Amino acid sequence: MTTTTAQALPAEWRDFFALTKPRVMSLVIFTGLCGLLAAPDHINPVLGFTAILCIAVGAGGAAALNQWWEADIDAGMKRTAARPLPAGRMDRTSARDFGIGLSVGSVLLMGLAIGWLAAAILALSIVYYAVIYTIWLKPRTPQNIVIGGGAGAFPPLIGWVAATGDITAMPVLLFAIIFFWTPPHFWALALFVKTDYAKVGIPMMPVVAGETSTRRQILAYAVLLLPLSALPWFIGGTGAVYGVSALVLSTGFLLLSLRVGLRQRASEDDTMKPEKQLFGYSIVYLFALFAALVADHWLVQGAIA
Amino acid sequence: MNQVDRNPDPEAERMRIIRGRNRVFGVLLIGFAVLIFAISIAKMA
Repeated sequence: MTTTTAQALPAEWRDFFALTKPRVMSLVIFTGLCGLLAAPDHINPVLGFTAILCIAVGAGGAAALNQWWEADIDAGMKRTAARPLPAGRMDRTSARDFGIGLSVGSVLLMGLAIGWLAAAILALSIVYYAVIYTIWLKPRTPQNIVIGGGAGAFPPLIGWVAATGDITAMPVLLFAIIFFWTPPHFWALALFVKTDYAKVGIPMMPVVAGETSTRRQILAYAVLLLPLSALPWFIGGTGAVYGVSALVLSTGFLLLSLRVGLRQRASEDDTMKPEKQLFGYSIVYLFALFAALVADHWLVQGAIA
Repeated sequence: MNQVDRNPDPEAERMRIIRGRNRVFGVLLIGFAVLIFAISIAKMA
């Protein structure tokens, strides 16, 4: 009886908000803002705010479409079973329409207020996440995270393009840093939530290729990330503040990845502490790296002024 | 919000949810209007 009553009720506004994955959005907003602030051109604060709002709303729309498509999968995983759709607090049509509305609205506003190049990249990032990653790659290949990681790499590129109206080497490097950061970040998570992904048939790397291969690949990406993160400094796009920060942070990332890459699960009761530490550090790493990028830009600009 | 927190009267609960949604929608609409106004001024500057 309670269930029937709950299903007949309209969804709460909080459920619509939850559909936008606010925790993921915080990283999207932050990296987008850093791309915008680190760009060489100045942007009017109102337009800058609008650009970040469009990036956030677009990401929220893509997240809603992701949850609309994956409602059945989410219901089978402990981590996602309480989301509005699998918990039965919202119908799928509402989630789909909400996702489409946010996506189209954010692209239109970006185009009209900021520029159509930034709007086109925003549209591409939404299609990349909602269609290429969610519908096409995620259920088909263990490389889903590698290619799908591109979706999360768009915000600093969009922020930069919103400020400058142009695509140069620097925003492409920022894109590449997040692209190469994504596999070790998600595979570290997938290692300690392996049972859940296996249960719903998602071909995550640890499920398909095995733990040993996943650990080696985490290490490989961490090795690549070290020089890549410092590349903006090497090409003269940033100063030493960013360069040294990138080298220190990436060395820490590599050391934690070494612990994960060179170990084996001791037993089924293994606490997976190194994997959890790497996952936690990877989030701090990205925040710190992009904060260093902005700090470097403002320090250099302040010194010039 | 979990099922335990819900009002036992479905109609009262329905009205509470709709009121909450209307309030949030109203705030967002006002915010959007202010944003469009601010964008217009910024673009003219």
